[in-house]
Amino acid sequence: MKEFALIFRINDINFKPSPEQMQERMNWLAGIVAQNKLVDKGNTLLPIPGSAMSVHADNVVTDGPYTEIKEFISGYIIVKTDTIEEAVELAKSNPIFKIGGNIEVRELLKLS
Amino acid sequence: MEEEANSLQELLPHLFRQEYAKMTAVLCRHFGLKHIEIAEDIASETFLKASENWAINGIPKKPAAWLYTVARNKTKDYFKHLSIFESQIKNELSTGKIQEEQQFEFDNQHIADSQLAMIFAVCNPANSAEAQICLALQILCGFSVEEIANAFLAKPETIKKRLLRARTNLRNDSFQLNSLTETDIKSRVETVLKTLYLLFNEGYFSKTNNQLIRKELCSEAVRLTLMLIENPLTNTPKSNALLALMCFQSSRLDARINNKGEAIVYEQQDKKLWDKSLMERGNYYLVNAFDGNEISKYHLEAGIAYWHTTPDDESKWQHILQLYDQLMLMESSPVIALNRIFAFAKVYGNEKAISEAEKLNPNESNYYHQLLGYLYADQDIEKAISHYGQAIKLTKSKTEKQTLTKEIERLYNKKTSH
Repeated sequence: MKEFALIFRINDINFKPSPEQMQERMNWLAGIVAQNKLVDKGNTLLPIPGSAMSVHADNVVTDGPYTEIKEFISGYIIVKTDTIEEAVELAKSNPIFKIGGNIEVRELLKLS
Repeated sequence: MEEEANSLQELLPHLFRQEYAKMTAVLCRHFGLKHIEIAEDIASETFLKASENWAINGIPKKPAAWLYTVARNKTKDYFKHLSIFESQIKNELSTGKIQEEQQFEFDNQHIADSQLAMIFAVCNPANSAEAQICLALQILCGFSVEEIANAFLAKPETIKKRLLRARTNLRNDSFQLNSLTETDIKSRVETVLKTLYLLFNEGYFSKTNNQLIRKELCSEAVRLTLMLIENPLTNTPKSNALLALMCFQSSRLDARINNKGEAIVYEQQDKKLWDKSLMERGNYYLVNAFDGNEISKYHLEAGIAYWHTTPDDESKWQHILQLYDQLMLMESSPVIALNRIFAFAKVYGNEKAISEAEKLNPNESNYYHQLLGYLYADQDIEKAISHYGQAIKLTKSKTEKQTLTKEIERLYNKKTSH
């Protein structure tokens, strides 16, 4: 089995999920769990000033997440599947797409 | 006035069920397990006083607070009598050690801690699983002997005897209620989970037809498991898996029985009657259960139960079959083996499943014949009917007999219409 990080990105910095949206995400996660494919339920990353800083070269520190592009990372989880295609399949049913977000699927480098 | 009396009749049993067990736990933590009878006496007297007093004066604004005040005073009285008794008739009789009177409170945290400790005290491996369930129903859930006997379809006398033996073990146990330690928890948590699991199953697969009792057993098991989740010491992945399993199964309780009290098989249930909020709570606990590397049988069963809440699609039964395969490796039992074959049939077809099933050959199991009846139904009606017939002979459950008889009728009609 390989492990993949699913990295969630959204573009609305003020987005706050409603209880229904949180439940929808939980339902999605439960589906992965029930296939025994969740390695780590990861974390949600807060984007707001005071909880996000970006550090650059020469001691340049800016407020907020690093957003060269308009999107920022809102969180990640780690799943295990045989192939990257399977991991992509898992990602496809995530409700994030309803709010204009996207998911990056990245294989973890495993040192054995 | 009459209205008041009516509402009293409704309120009191409800409150009794809810508060009696809590009160006993708190008092017992104070007195020690050896003196559980004193705790129960004080709790009973408190409710007796409530029923007398409230019938005359009406129900107080905060009934629970009223009850606890009375219980606290009765405890004080008890200690007062005890100290007179001890100072005057000292050394005449040995009363055993009872904790000196301390200020004890009935606040929520204290109640929760006491109840949790009581769960661990009741789930004493010295008692059989059955005895533990009876004891749990009596001490943790406030059920009467009569009610327990109804749930088990047993004679009250049998239950009484079973409880008597179990309570002797409980009293003689050196288990300390006032300081539930990590060691206590570690040594008993497996038994606790198993007893709660069996308590739930007693309701879910109950021998009794009484839907009310079944639902109550299930909801009590959920309530007690929730108490494990609420304490950091017992909020483990396994407890979460067990609670997820219970939530998923409970979500179908209303859909499993029609208004005539007959059982409805899974495939014919009205999915609109499934309780969505319970399924979602199940999802939440399921995700928490997989926080870590531990996989227990509760994890696998919760996983299977999860898939039963999802709509049919091609991959669903493959997931279920995989989980059953894992479960077989962990704990193979005839029931699991038969359920696995049901899932196997959904993935590989009835014909292959029949040859798998015939390899098992568990003699005299009604589930085995039910399964074969089901698998043959589309291929060989004669054989299907004969297997269902054998299942009817072997089952003791009335509901099951009804369901199977209906199925045979359906097959006969199908046969004659061809």
